[in-house]
Amino acid sequence: MNMNKLRQYTGLEEIVGQLFVIRNIHNAGYNEIVEITEENGNIRIGLTLEVGEGYAVVQVLGGTSGMSLKNCRVRFKGKPLEFGVSLDMLGRIFDGLGNPIDGLPAPVAEETMNVNGMAINPSARDYPENIIETGISAIDVMNTLVRGQKLPFFSGSGLPHDLVAAQIVRQARAEGEGFCVVFAGMGVKYDTARFFIKSFEETGVLDNVIMFLSLADSPSLSRLMTPRFALTAAEFLAFKKDMHVLVVLTDMSNYCEALRELSTMRGEIPARKGYPGYLYSDLASIYERAGRIKNKKGSITQIPILTMPNDDITHPIPDLTGYITEGQIVIDRELHAKGIYPPISVLPSLSRLMKDNIGLNKTRDDHPALASQLFASYAKTKDIQAIASIVGEEELSSLDHLYLNFGQVFETKFVNQGYNERRTLEESLEKGWDIISILPEEELVRISEEQIKKHYREKR
Amino acid sequence: MAEIIGKIVRINGPVVQIRCDKSIKMLDMVEIGEEKLVGEVVRLKENIAHAQVYEDTTSLKAGDPVYSDHMPLSLELGPGLIGNIFDGIQRPLEMIKKQEGDFISRGLHVQALDRDKKWHFVPLKKTGDRVNAGSIIGEVQESSLIKHKIMVPPNLSSGILNSIADEGDYTVDDIIAELDIDGQIQPLRMFHKWAVRKPRPYKQKIPADKPLITGQRVIDTLFPVAKGGCVAVPGGFGTGKTVVQHQLAKWSDADVVVFVGCGERGNEMTDVLANFTKLIDPRTGKLLLERTVFVANTSNMPVAAREASIYTGITIAEYFRDMGYDVALMADSTSRWAEALRELSGRMEEIPLEEGFPAYLPVRLAEFYERAGKVVTPGEQNGSITVIASVSPPGGDFSEPVTSHTKRFIRCFWALDRDLAYSRHYPAISWIDSYSEYVDDVKLWWDVHIDGKWPEYRYAILDLLQKEQRLQQIVKLIGADVLPNTQKLILETCSLFKNAFLQQSAFDEVDTYCSPKKQFLMFKAIIMFHRKSEELIKEGFEIVEIRENPVYHNLVRMKTRYKEDNLEQLEKFVNSIEEQLQQLKK
Ligand SMILES: Nc1ncnc2c1ncn2[C@@H]1O[C@H](COP(=O)(O)OP(=O)(O)OP(=O)(O)O)[C@@H](O)[C@H]1O
Ligand SMILES: [Mg+2]
Repeated sequence: MNMNKLRQYTGLEEIVGQLFVIRNIHNAGYNEIVEITEENGNIRIGLTLEVGEGYAVVQVLGGTSGMSLKNCRVRFKGKPLEFGVSLDMLGRIFDGLGNPIDGLPAPVAEETMNVNGMAINPSARDYPENIIETGISAIDVMNTLVRGQKLPFFSGSGLPHDLVAAQIVRQARAEGEGFCVVFAGMGVKYDTARFFIKSFEETGVLDNVIMFLSLADSPSLSRLMTPRFALTAAEFLAFKKDMHVLVVLTDMSNYCEALRELSTMRGEIPARKGYPGYLYSDLASIYERAGRIKNKKGSITQIPILTMPNDDITHPIPDLTGYITEGQIVIDRELHAKGIYPPISVLPSLSRLMKDNIGLNKTRDDHPALASQLFASYAKTKDIQAIASIVGEEELSSLDHLYLNFGQVFETKFVNQGYNERRTLEESLEKGWDIISILPEEELVRISEEQIKKHYREKR
Repeated sequence: MAEIIGKIVRINGPVVQIRCDKSIKMLDMVEIGEEKLVGEVVRLKENIAHAQVYEDTTSLKAGDPVYSDHMPLSLELGPGLIGNIFDGIQRPLEMIKKQEGDFISRGLHVQALDRDKKWHFVPLKKTGDRVNAGSIIGEVQESSLIKHKIMVPPNLSSGILNSIADEGDYTVDDIIAELDIDGQIQPLRMFHKWAVRKPRPYKQKIPADKPLITGQRVIDTLFPVAKGGCVAVPGGFGTGKTVVQHQLAKWSDADVVVFVGCGERGNEMTDVLANFTKLIDPRTGKLLLERTVFVANTSNMPVAAREASIYTGITIAEYFRDMGYDVALMADSTSRWAEALRELSGRMEEIPLEEGFPAYLPVRLAEFYERAGKVVTPGEQNGSITVIASVSPPGGDFSEPVTSHTKRFIRCFWALDRDLAYSRHYPAISWIDSYSEYVDDVKLWWDVHIDGKWPEYRYAILDLLQKEQRLQQIVKLIGADVLPNTQKLILETCSLFKNAFLQQSAFDEVDTYCSPKKQFLMFKAIIMFHRKSEELIKEGFEIVEIRENPVYHNLVRMKTRYKEDNLEQLEKFVNSIEEQLQQLKK
């Protein structure tokens, strides 16, 4: 018996936004693919969002514009959304639903994978180790990136997060053999996509990049699938082909807005700021698809980029992201305005996997204490700046002045570096010592006496 | 045996509606569709049952059959729990990995406890003995640290042992005793089943009187928790909730630790698992794994099982409590549990209250915390459960519903502060917003084991910290220069106290654990310093002069300079502080 024939229907009951309701059907599975064929042969893809006796609610990923209640045939494919993957994907560009858009035929699939992925068994995970030297001091010394980590950028509109991401991709190349990049652009402008393509080209990694682009002019719901296609490709490369995959997801805020839109269309009760209560779980189903697996050589490192609405770190998008990811790199408007590049605000930034991957036998024995001291002293500088802005610098003690000087040099000499400047970790650490030595020895209580003796720059 | 009870009529994410042909009860377990996905009935209306499903519901269809054997969601309690890692509904993850590979698939039916493993059973009762519910009839050395007491299930009536197995090796499925309850013969195995949502009974609650020693100075010295108490650890992302929980799981002096990773990161579970197979418990010299049970339902695992994981954790904790152990339950994070409740409630189209949470949120929280405490068990043991629950408030705002309701049911609050975390002052436990209502309960313990001066010093320091807080406001307005020397000294002492005492890195080899004895000496050192300096300042000395004294430098570094094995040196130093400062006068 031909099941497909059985599952083909005409006539919708209702179209609401990018959803439709269809009745008098049976055998529709939950969260499965729906193919919608218009009279002119145009095919759209949808997913069942809810199914019940004799009805289904379908979300149309290609958007509903131009669809009418009568003109389309609906077919329930009886399987979840899948993606045919192969090594030939490398160097190719796809849309948000995995269709090639670079004018070449679709690569021959080696295997078909469910784009929703499956949860990695916690006891099969291997703890991420081996740092990725990005060549950026504010990251390598202060917020070390580790292979297999998910470390997002919290940025704002108009800030140079794309530049920083591109710099990391370029400079992390020293990763060597088996390194590749999966790039997912959700609701980004063509310019942004172009910028990344160009940057990958210049770096010479383009052949090792797979791009998934659901640009700003494509239907918003297709954005919901884009990271899933990208991560399916990444999982294939990392866990079946032993590659070290760096996944860049941008802009996660557009993704979250699409999810909010869908939730509103369904009339769901929102949790905060109109976002659905399951935003956390939904984001986790994306971000947790990173890491390493025991006895497998490959890894997935994620750098999701998001723009914080109104630069507000407590907004649900950065907030829930921060609750899932292993830290965050905060791109700061104030530093950017001061002309500092990369404008990374180190205090609210964090790398949670740093603790186990730096120090003796890993980076350098003085690394943890130096980083901790730089944080503490820079935080103190900020307090003193706040006082100085009210009582005036004249009122400050000479020690306070040293702190102000330290803070200034820290920003301009340590955080600040060239877009093409690649500092080795060694260089960054030495710079850190140069700068911390502005402060008197007694202030450096987070560093042991031996290390001070060894590295502290005596004033002549 | 499971029979078909009805058919699916609607699927909405993790919630499935079933039209029932057979009767079904609330909280009955159901198996859904041909793959027999596990679910639980959470709502009944006429002949329609709503079930929350513990696995991904993709591809389920209306009309698919639903089965049930009319039993509630239950755990298997017996040897094999310690050192193991389970998902939210007690499926053994290691076993699943062996069977299914690295990713978790659906429709798995794996028994929680290994049926093939043999345990060495030692009977403690003999045939003819009268035993009651909860009586201990034998024991098994489950790990090098844990003697697993084999108990008569607490829901049985008392009876006479008709037979009991000789000492020897048995599997959990073997019958090791027969209980004659008024002529009815009840076979007993080394394990029994218990419904997760049903608290295990106890004889009576008794007051907590011992601190849970954690080795973390800010906790033990300033905001202690008693064994049998409840603590909430709220804080925005990245402020250190998980590290606090890990530290307590590692170093606290509980007998058994149950660690529930509820809707959090997969890598964090890997982290504890990997660490616990290496780390040695300082008190016993044994591997930490030998006293720990893990429940892991990470954020990407099904949301309904996340809701259940908290109950799974506390039921396992109660089971070990019933053996007479002091159990510590870490729940990271209870917010994810509350949010799972919210999501499921939304899918059932219930009317929400604040921020989308269901009206029954506070009741559920209360019921959960009520299961903590120190009790006399049915088998006449004293056991306790201490709950350490992290809370993840959206935007770090403590006025949100989960934090504010939780506050009603706990007596100890370790508030994590974002600014402290930003400056990497860890643990980022705020000395201003945190509190403990267990101080009076544990006072005697300090008096007997360490020093009777603890409460006095504690109040002295808290008082200084409060004063400092106010002084900082003034400094922000007019600068520190204008303050009189006595007030400057308060700033100085507090700054010293924060750096030299409160700040304690979890990743420092020496400082990760600090014994109560060392804590007290360090505490005393700072008090001595302050009191003597106050005197000197009144006599006209300047703060800079005091800071230049070697005492000051020694204080700054005392946490790592004096190791646990040379506390006499530290004591000597503490006793010399007054005299060394006195030298200034010369
Ligand atoms: N006691 C500590 N000593 C040293 N470092 C710490 C300590 N507590 C926290 N940290 C640092 O802070 C980071 C974040 O801590 P943690 O993961 O516990 O945060 P959290 O509150 O659980 O965040 P989330 O809510 O997102 O899970 C850690 O990775 C570690 O680097
Ligand atoms: Mg955490």
